[in-house]
Amino acid sequence: MNAIQIELNGRPHPADATTTLADLVAKLGLAGKSLAISINREVIKRSDWPQRRIEAADRIEIVHAIGGG
Amino acid sequence: MNLNDLPAGANTDHQLTVAGKTYASKLLVGTGKYKDFQETRDAVVASGTGIVTVTVRRVNIGQHQDEPNLLDFVPPGEFTILPNTGGCYNAADAVYTLQMAREMLGGHSLCKLEVLGDEKTLFPNMPETLKAAETLIKDGFDVMVYCSDDPIQAKMLEDMGCVAIMPLASLIGSGMGILNPWNLSLIIEQTQVPVIVDAGVGTASDAAIAMELGCDGVLMNTAIAKARDPIRMALAMRDAVRAGRNAYLAGRMPRRFAASPSSPMAGLMT
Repeated sequence: MNAIQIELNGRPHPADATTTLADLVAKLGLAGKSLAISINREVIKRSDWPQRRIEAADRIEIVHAIGGG
Repeated sequence: MNLNDLPAGANTDHQLTVAGKTYASKLLVGTGKYKDFQETRDAVVASGTGIVTVTVRRVNIGQHQDEPNLLDFVPPGEFTILPNTGGCYNAADAVYTLQMAREMLGGHSLCKLEVLGDEKTLFPNMPETLKAAETLIKDGFDVMVYCSDDPIQAKMLEDMGCVAIMPLASLIGSGMGILNPWNLSLIIEQTQVPVIVDAGVGTASDAAIAMELGCDGVLMNTAIAKARDPIRMALAMRDAVRAGRNAYLAGRMPRRFAASPSSPMAGLMT
């Protein structure tokens, strides 16, 4: 375990340095949902989630579709 | 002639083609402000639309992970999902939002760009809109653009490569109707890509007026979602858009200041 702190959707969030984006999504109960993720405002393709490791101080945003005009 | 002998174009006359793809209806609807997702779906289906706008927001981390998703009710396999940039006040945020939306939707390039100027009017910030449109087009997006009713800037957006020009008819969510028919007409006259009225429609007659001007479509949200009966209003809008289009194609009679009797005077019994 290598505990790190990230920012997830604007709030501090504890994580582990060995965690990938795919792990994070699964841990949050969001696997299989229609989402997009960015790290430090760079869009990360879904196909890259299993390889992409989270680093300390990463600003991660997870978004989905909601109603709008 | 009987009903089956109507002009052959009668159905294709009501389709909308944007960026090379044809949709069954000239009505586009938003998905905001509904009571719940079921009502959203019912209204969308009743409207007969092929294109549904959505917006992109952060997931609530740790909350309601089992809640249904909007896209379960208006699935991308059934409707074309048009992500918008509602809530964005500068080009950078709008571009980032649509890049996220494209990834979320598996790479589809059609999008609705709106860069707002201020919260009071939600009028478009045109310098930022032009900047964002340029970046998005270079990045491969097909940009449908919410814009002011200024024909000069509408032309700039068209020349840049936007696939639809979408001026407001009155303020977003105001329901004030078509306040600028002359400006809209100038834009319609000069524009080769579809012109779609994107804001201000309040009721069915407004949608019909927009279509009678020669618009290629109407995009609305609040007029349906905030009607007392949204499903019935969606039906009304579907019919109004078709009625307005038919009236435009039929060509209205000339306006005249003098009366002209509909019944002949000859043979009048005196």
